Amino acid sequence: MIKTAAKKFYVFLIFLFLYAPIATLIVLSFNASKTRAKWGGFTTRWYVSLFRNDAIMNALLNTLTIALIASLTATVIGTIACIAIINMKKKSRAIWMGITNIPMLNADIVTGISLMLLFLSLGLKFGYGTILLSHITFCIPYVILSVMPRMKQFNTSTYEAALDLGAGPVYSFFKVVLPDILPGVLSGFLMAFTMSLDDFIITHFTKGAGVDTLSTKIYTEVKKGIKPEMYALSTLIFVTVLILLLLINKAPADKKQKA
Amino acid sequence: MNNFRKKLPGTPYFFWSVLFIIIPLCMVFYYGLTDKSGAFTLENIIAIATREHSKALWLSLLLSLIATVICLLLSYPLAMILCSRKGGQHSVIVFIFILPMWMNFLLRTLAWQTLLEKTGVINSILSFLHLPALNIINTPQAIVLGMVYNFLPFMVLPIYNALAKIDENVINAARDLGANPAQVFFKVTLPLTVPGIISGITMVFIPALTTFVISNLLGGSKVLLIGNVVEQEFTQASNWHLGSGLSIVLMLFILLNMIVSAIFDKDGEGSVL
Repeated sequence: MIKTAAKKFYVFLIFLFLYAPIATLIVLSFNASKTRAKWGGFTTRWYVSLFRNDAIMNALLNTLTIALIASLTATVIGTIACIAIINMKKKSRAIWMGITNIPMLNADIVTGISLMLLFLSLGLKFGYGTILLSHITFCIPYVILSVMPRMKQFNTSTYEAALDLGAGPVYSFFKVVLPDILPGVLSGFLMAFTMSLDDFIITHFTKGAGVDTLSTKIYTEVKKGIKPEMYALSTLIFVTVLILLLLINKAPADKKQKA
Repeated sequence: MNNFRKKLPGTPYFFWSVLFIIIPLCMVFYYGLTDKSGAFTLENIIAIATREHSKALWLSLLLSLIATVICLLLSYPLAMILCSRKGGQHSVIVFIFILPMWMNFLLRTLAWQTLLEKTGVINSILSFLHLPALNIINTPQAIVLGMVYNFLPFMVLPIYNALAKIDENVINAARDLGANPAQVFFKVTLPLTVPGIISGITMVFIPALTTFVISNLLGGSKVLLIGNVVEQEFTQASNWHLGSGLSIVLMLFILLNMIVSAIFDKDGEGSVL
């Protein structure tokens, strides 16, 4: 009895540690005072002025479109790459998984500067495009690493059976392979999207003047003081995601298909 | 022909990874091993030995090691508790740890300023309870706290995944054969979760070692880590050669870490996903 209570208390403490800063940000978003140092009374002012702040709205739009395009592209490239990798001999498969692991294991700062040096030497204009290319690059490994285990479990004879029965490779992929690996594809996509959304370091090195994502916008605001609208926006994003996740979990999902 | 067709889907990824993973890394090596005139030099790498740089590197190593150990000590019991709960809660647990990432990483770290400040939330609570105040903001301790906070999920998830994979019959067999709880843990559970632990250590140690954001936000720009040095060489000093040289030194540590993981986790079983 005491043991279970102690366990619950421990889990509670860890969650308190993880969610205390988030609670702080939510409280700050209702703070009438402009500085985060003192409480100036309750207000919802920032939630209104947020939508009139073009700079923040632009950064939000950039962040969301980059995350969406990057994670979708990465999902397509990564998933079809898995088909090729699974068909390789053991040695070349190991090499490719090794290369896939590089962006995961390498430090973000090194990935960031290496891409920066590449874009410089290619003479690309730093901006939206370079951020997007970098995000796709670090998103692909998340997709491959989450699709690969599913692909390994997949029974290739069902695919061969489909081919025998006269279906083309593309048709059989969509009808036979994809439904089976879908949980892996979806969790890879979600992971890639989250990572792209939360990335600061790689964006910091590959962005150009005039283009900002929420992360880089916040970073430039740190010294001047964060605008309270930022707290309001992140509260809105957090609450939206929380509600979405609760809805997904409430839905009668197929319990066996844990991603 | 058949074999060729099977490998065809890999083509986009093949080109992508050569262009955006391998070539950029080669460029870091090129810049790091040459000077401004393009001549070969080891100066940019030896520069790590200067007092300022080696001090930053040692501090980074020390702080990231401490953060990794704390993460491991916090995560293992947590993962065991979470794992002992029955039912298909896997996705819920993953979401609980991924969810904070939807609130911006910089804002979350900044929120610790509000919590840790001299007149901040934690100190208000402490003084209300008549406990001594906690003055760690703008110190290395605050940076360690920021590292633990930011990277804890990356330690919990691989360990949790490794624990969830253990066949309960193995544990039961050990118990049947007369092992006490401590023996079961040290002889069965712990060895089976080594891939998860190694993966977690990598996922925490590398970002902690190379961070420049956490030290900027919580160290009050008084504490200089190796990540800050590299970042400044690129964004302020525009000395890409020196910055690349120091990055190569960082990559040596990453490589060392990869070798260790390869030894302990041969099948690549440890994974965050």
